[in-house]
Amino acid sequence: MSLRSKALGIVLGAGAAGVMLSLAFGAGCGGRAAHSTATKLPPADAQALRAPQAFSSIGDKKERSRALFLEASRVMFHPRCANCHPAGDTPTQGDDFRVHDPPVARGPADQGVPGLECTSCHQDRNVELARVPGAPQWHLAPKVMAWQGRTPRSLCEQLKDPARNGGKSLAEIVEHSAHDALVGWGWKPGDGRVPAPGTQAEYGALMAAWVKDGAECPREESQP
Amino acid sequence: MSIRLRVNGTQHDLDVDPEMPLLWALRDLLTLTGTKYGCGQALCGACVVHIDGAAVRSCVTPVRRAEGRDVMTIEGLSPDGSHPLQKAWVELAVPQCGFCQAGQIMTAAALLAKKPKPTDAEIDQSLAGNLCRCGTYTRIRSAVKKAAGLPNE
Repeated sequence: MSLRSKALGIVLGAGAAGVMLSLAFGAGCGGRAAHSTATKLPPADAQALRAPQAFSSIGDKKERSRALFLEASRVMFHPRCANCHPAGDTPTQGDDFRVHDPPVARGPADQGVPGLECTSCHQDRNVELARVPGAPQWHLAPKVMAWQGRTPRSLCEQLKDPARNGGKSLAEIVEHSAHDALVGWGWKPGDGRVPAPGTQAEYGALMAAWVKDGAECPREESQP
Repeated sequence: MSIRLRVNGTQHDLDVDPEMPLLWALRDLLTLTGTKYGCGQALCGACVVHIDGAAVRSCVTPVRRAEGRDVMTIEGLSPDGSHPLQKAWVELAVPQCGFCQAGQIMTAAALLAKKPKPTDAEIDQSLAGNLCRCGTYTRIRSAVKKAAGLPNE
């Protein structure tokens, strides 16, 4: 029996009404799925996050954990968050991930270069008159924490790897997600920028529920 | 609200809105007009000054950020224009219209303080956000290298 036939295909169609979470259980019959079921999740528009309770209809704990991570990954892949988790040496900006203007460099400490540091321009809060975004400790995520170009699964594995998550435990990741001020900027970006979906509290609750159910990673093909 | 800050070695108590751009305080209240207003959005670099040695764009920096700290403007870089960057700027006749040059020099000074012998790439990276509408970039780079004692190949 192939791994593929065992796989659970999860489709969480964020942004679409009447989202279906499809669970196809392989039952060892010559690679053919012998049993399948579908769980209806409440709809979520692009700016909303489903609460952890919305996933309680998924009976299997591991599957529920995977689904919770997929939902939370909608925040992490959002431009307000992923723009400063680039795979290269310059951040991106806007909703289309265009190269940061002015053309700034990451620098050795992910805080820019002498004379052109992140905080040369970015303050501890948004400067609305000048439309410059700001939050405490404004800086780039280290390159090992790049989120751009990741699949939800690879993002999940990276997030759980202390070598690529700043040495954090899962509990510390939940705390960071729920309360860090720079993370929180994603929901109050100022100047008409589209915020990350939901709220920081809802995102933190999703991450906590993901960890509580085992911090499982989605399968490679799964997309939010 | 009173904000206490030190500018070019002199202490000042300013009764200002703490959100006032530092540039306003420097130019309008302290009459230090060497620092220029360019874009007002941290995009051109004409307003660069130092706070505790780090380059900041004073047009978007609230004056409260400078409270209790050392601010240096182009007027404070040297008492008599003898900073190596200022001398190189004169010797190579870098400026055209000159409007951006205070910001260029202050950014370059922040670079040389941390990287006394920068590579061409490091100069370009550090000055990438300082615009010069006259296009004096090649002379700027040459002057930074001259000030650093580097050969200009």
